[in-house]
Amino acid sequence: MTKEERYEKLKDIIKIYLPEDVNITAVHENSNFITELNINSASLVDIVLDVEDAFDIRLENEDMDEMLTVKNALDIIATKLAAK
Amino acid sequence: MNRRVVITGLGVCAPNGVGLNDFTNALTQGRSGIRFQSELERLKFGCQIAANPLVKDNILNNYFTPLQLRGLNASGIVYGVISGMDAWADAGLEPNTSTEPSWDYGILFGTGILGVDKFREAILMIDGQNVRRLGSTSVLQTMASGISAYLGGNLGCGNQVSTNSAACTTGTEGVLMGHERISSGKAEVMLVGSCSDSGPYVWGGFDAMRILPRGYNDNPTEASRPMSASASGFVVGSGAGALVLESLESAEKRGAKIYAEVLGGEINSGGQLGEGSMTAPNSIAVQRCIRNAVQNAGIEATDIDVINGHLTATAKDSLEVANWSAALNRKGVDFPYINSFKGMIGHCLAAAGSIECVASVLQFKEGVVFGNVNCEDAHPEITAIISETRIPRTTISYRPKVIAKASFGFGDVNACVIFKQYID
Repeated sequence: MTKEERYEKLKDIIKIYLPEDVNITAVHENSNFITELNINSASLVDIVLDVEDAFDIRLENEDMDEMLTVKNALDIIATKLAAK
Repeated sequence: MNRRVVITGLGVCAPNGVGLNDFTNALTQGRSGIRFQSELERLKFGCQIAANPLVKDNILNNYFTPLQLRGLNASGIVYGVISGMDAWADAGLEPNTSTEPSWDYGILFGTGILGVDKFREAILMIDGQNVRRLGSTSVLQTMASGISAYLGGNLGCGNQVSTNSAACTTGTEGVLMGHERISSGKAEVMLVGSCSDSGPYVWGGFDAMRILPRGYNDNPTEASRPMSASASGFVVGSGAGALVLESLESAEKRGAKIYAEVLGGEINSGGQLGEGSMTAPNSIAVQRCIRNAVQNAGIEATDIDVINGHLTATAKDSLEVANWSAALNRKGVDFPYINSFKGMIGHCLAAAGSIECVASVLQFKEGVVFGNVNCEDAHPEITAIISETRIPRTTISYRPKVIAKASFGFGDVNACVIFKQYID
């Protein structure tokens, strides 16, 4: 899976969690999930589960703590996939 | 403060009709919502029939966001949100889209137990040492106040947003609690209602108590027989009903349509003393509840011309009619019209009171008394007290003036509310 494919897959996951007034076009690599995309912090828990299912990986608590931006998430996904 | 309170909106998600039109038609025609449930057969229930609303998947998008629908596995929330949002719209109110909560608008939406299927999902994951996979909505869908929380968020209410629970009196109790809050000047609008989940995990306990009819698995629509000599137990149900209660002042200011006035009523308990127990009512308390309701409403017992009973289709129906008769001191042909909707919708448990309050109030609008089904053979103990003519078997044309509605529940709890025709 290329980086671009991973990014698209992640955006697909994020889409449903965006508040009504935030469009998917507002999502960039450096977007912060909570402060910029206005995603409810409780929803981050669900995004992590969706990422696990979509990429068939397992994220630990410390991974979740580091996952502040879209780029953080992509890095973690890449690391986990490489370690498989 | 003692302000007048009126009903300006209704919503319902009932076993025999989802939405006011469908429900009204079903009640008028005596259409049943009691059906054979193959899942209960598979699970070897004695009683394999139940009454649950048939909610089409394609209407859910009108009530829930795509995110809310993900992993939603709490039927009570589905029914409650549909009925609550419908009642709000029926009252001509909009969801609050501003940034300031609607301080004068509140919600009191009851339930007995919520999100049972979601809870089962969670239990299986937890027992499989997989608690980390529960997700964020497990709590929100299984907390009792999940239903008022979902509605509160959708509508942006800023007054009391809470959930009451008193077994099968829940819905009727909620109407009285909402009435009190508006009457005392603490709120202008209260969305009141109640919901109950569907499914074997809610209904199983009642099957185990052997209080459900077991002889009608091939003939479900005839199983629930309130006030009938051949009644053999209540049929479990589920769903939700909702009413928008509003101060008369506020309703008039908005130019809202008014279904009826809520005069008040009474809530009490028999203390599980005397003939009362966890599961049986104490008649002294039931009669006191009805008498106090009449007094609190500021009417005479003779003003009541229609009663909607609790009347679940058990051996206790005769006792209930005797209690109404004693409390109101009326009998024979002088007794009000009396009906039970449970012949069509079964006993919807925590949702029963609110669905039946909605149905009771619809009688003012339609100018009818809805008929009792499966009561061709009225119980002789009942006809010894009241005239057969007071038990309409089909829907009759009649303009009710004052309707008394009571609900009773496990724990020996009672609630009786008095509705009055509203004339401009």
